[in-house]
Amino acid sequence: MKNIILHLNKAFESRVRLGIMSVLIVNDSVDFKSLKEMLEVSDGNLASHLAALEKKHYVSVKKQFIGKKPNTSYKITREGDLAFKEHLAALEKLIGK
Amino acid sequence: MDNQNEHLENLAEMRSLMEKSSRFVSLSGLSGVFAGLAGLIGAAALFWFYGTQYYYPDHSNAVYTESGEIKDSFIQFLFLDTVGILVMAIGFGAFFTMRKAKRQGLKVWDATSKRLLINLLIPLLTGGVFGLILIKQGQIQLVAATTLIFYGLALVNASKYTLHDIRYLGICEIILGLLSAFYIGYGLVFWAIGFGILHVIYGIVMYLKYEK
Repeated sequence: MKNIILHLNKAFESRVRLGIMSVLIVNDSVDFKSLKEMLEVSDGNLASHLAALEKKHYVSVKKQFIGKKPNTSYKITREGDLAFKEHLAALEKLIGK
Repeated sequence: MDNQNEHLENLAEMRSLMEKSSRFVSLSGLSGVFAGLAGLIGAAALFWFYGTQYYYPDHSNAVYTESGEIKDSFIQFLFLDTVGILVMAIGFGAFFTMRKAKRQGLKVWDATSKRLLINLLIPLLTGGVFGLILIKQGQIQLVAATTLIFYGLALVNASKYTLHDIRYLGICEIILGLLSAFYIGYGLVFWAIGFGILHVIYGIVMYLKYEK
């Protein structure tokens, strides 16, 4: 039991962060607005969770202009992909027991 | 115990997010039914006006001139017939899909629907252009087979980006297209089955499975 809990990643201990990772793992790149609509959270809430994941190097950020509008899009990194899959496996094991 | 329930809930929510963000799930079964009906009406119109005369290029009739060329009037009819079918199918399709998206609280025009459309259109337009080339080259017998095969390939390709079930419809269309290439005299029949009846059946199955 202790072993499994070790594999649960602290960085993903929030529904918003789990949601962000779920969306990013199945998409190439997702912009801030789409993420916000899909997860139904506020700007500030989403931004702070994204910043935390970015700090861990689980997501990468790309800022660009589309026409005159700034557009920020997010991608999962290899590190993030591995960490998230490990977390999922641990979660599944935990539920299986 | 509560903890475990929470994890279960989280996992379910994550699965739904993955699905929702990567696949366009608002395609309505009713769109299929009406597309099928439009196809059947179009095939019936062709049969009503021309019967099976387009299979007999050796003597002049409503389709062919005395020298065996396809008459412009027939090409115009085919064009109008096809446009009519497409307008009806796309019109009803868009209507029912928008209605379903609204009910699901999803957007119709987002990254998933764009991806779906692009991947559907690549094989579909290829097949359409190839069909036109066949007509131009006087190989009208193989047009039905070609359109069915390419349409099937388009659906199989698109199935990665929407409800998975559409893959089976695609495979049926491909098989039907190949069969129709063997039975050359029956293009219209295969066409009516592929674009008409299969769509109606698929649409009803989808409607009962996801929308009832």
